[in-house]
Amino acid sequence: MSPTLLVLTVVVLYPTVMAFTESLYGAKGLDPKTGFISDTEPFVGLQNYADIFGQAGDRFWNAFWNTTFFTVVTVGLETLIGLAMALIMHKAFSGRALVRASILIPWAVPTAISGLLWRWIFNSDGIANALLGQQVLWTTEGFHAKVAVIIAEVWKTAPFIGLLVLAGLQVIPKEVYEAARIDGAGPLAQFWRITLPLVKPALLVAVLFRCLDALRMFDLPYLLIGAQKNSVETLSMLAQNEASNVRFGPAAAYAVLLFIYVFLIALGFVRLLGTDLVGDVGGPRKTKRNNKLRPASPAAGSAEASA
Amino acid sequence: MTATVKWRTWLLYLGVAAVVAYCLAPFYWMLVSSLRSTSDIFDTSLLPTSVSFENYRAVFSPSQGFGRALLNSLIVSGTTTVLALLLATFTAYAMARLQFRFKRLILTLIIATSMFPVVSIVVPLLKLFTDIGWINTYQAMIVPSMSFVLPLAVWNLTTFFKQMPDELEEAAMIDGCTRGQAFRKVIIPLAAPGIFTTAIIAFIAAWNEFLIALSMTNRPSIQTAPVAISKFTGATQFDIPFGSQMAAGVLVTVPLVIMVLIFQRRIVAGLTAGAAK
Repeated sequence: MSPTLLVLTVVVLYPTVMAFTESLYGAKGLDPKTGFISDTEPFVGLQNYADIFGQAGDRFWNAFWNTTFFTVVTVGLETLIGLAMALIMHKAFSGRALVRASILIPWAVPTAISGLLWRWIFNSDGIANALLGQQVLWTTEGFHAKVAVIIAEVWKTAPFIGLLVLAGLQVIPKEVYEAARIDGAGPLAQFWRITLPLVKPALLVAVLFRCLDALRMFDLPYLLIGAQKNSVETLSMLAQNEASNVRFGPAAAYAVLLFIYVFLIALGFVRLLGTDLVGDVGGPRKTKRNNKLRPASPAAGSAEASA
Repeated sequence: MTATVKWRTWLLYLGVAAVVAYCLAPFYWMLVSSLRSTSDIFDTSLLPTSVSFENYRAVFSPSQGFGRALLNSLIVSGTTTVLALLLATFTAYAMARLQFRFKRLILTLIIATSMFPVVSIVVPLLKLFTDIGWINTYQAMIVPSMSFVLPLAVWNLTTFFKQMPDELEEAAMIDGCTRGQAFRKVIIPLAAPGIFTTAIIAFIAAWNEFLIALSMTNRPSIQTAPVAISKFTGATQFDIPFGSQMAAGVLVTVPLVIMVLIFQRRIVAGLTAGAAK
């Protein structure tokens, strides 16, 4: 197990620390003393961060709000559509294999390819405009570009939420519904009072995963709309763009801020979910048996049942 | 009463059809568009008027270098998967079986890294790799890819190992095996389906990677397939070659779709076991 930790230290921890230090350096430029182009990057302290909250801030805040907007809207829509999909799949007995196979396809299509595919669909002479009978220039700057990205993202990821919620639904014992029916609960009451509270742990974990994934969104807006487009530029795109233009200092500062943002959201979720994100990782089964005597946390329960 | 039941069944079928259509329609559109000839690429009929493999021939024209890109993708994602699986098998076994201090914390940290924004490590690594001359090399793509494939593999495998009863090794050890032998001769063969599923999921994750491959390369001969497709050139500079992009998209996706169709049950089990915790 230590090799894994070693590798992760090298590929994750070390670069993160590097990003922090790098974000304190400025871009290479003319050395004011000698007049030559300096080989080393000047140490600028917190200047990169000061710029973000000062003059160069517009682009950062635009990317920040884009990222946040995409995350909130896509995860919201995905959750609704995914939940509906899971309920349908759970009820359907015939054709389940077909549904399961087709639901995995959006997940398997590479995001980059789906970006290109949706650019084709949203082309000015493409199928989207033909179906709508409109002439929207989807891939140009403007709110419609955001809509295009959101539709493409939701298509790809709603089925994933559907899968995870379905796993949660299959855990709910039938007896609970029978008892509710005997007590006179209608379908709607059953959904609100039984289904939703019982799939909530699975759903929340799915939402957490989707949120963290949406916050680092890059491929889709980059390919569907393009780099350096204000309406869709996310924090990942901004950092990548700066780095590819050899402005490593500012790029690292953006990357660090994105990292902190993701970290805070994750922390918030973990507090909301309670402690048990990892589930019961107690090794020997003896401890597990003991756990069963105690009221098991819902998250751990769903993990066991999905096994 | 029977009327409402019938209604419900119909509604359910309608729902199932809607879900299937939602998932497949865009993919179907990619397939149909790839089979159109250049002259009727902008047709919006549901079936191609005349099936043409023109786009597929264009994809494999030497100027696009797509064959090479496919090979690059295979090398990068294959190596990443094998390395990650090798490391993850041992780690996951330790996580599932052994008791040691800070185990929860370590597992949480490993899982947390898989949700890490990739760009946060791409930026510093891009600078580092530029300095040590690793740009346009396979290792420049494999090393950063480990950052998300390895945690994914550890997490999936830990769940698989935990499902296997302890008695397996206990029996083997009573029969004279050491812990290592029990792991090698009993656990690994029995966990093969789990390891295999994890390998598929890890491979798909590595295969679909775009940001790292885009940032770490600038020479076409080393680019992976998704990057190469995004840089396909048309007849003129402003002409986006949609037809060949769709054809290449189909070629990149179809292996994954076939894998998904064959192993769907296992993949669903793997995905939900890893995530529905």
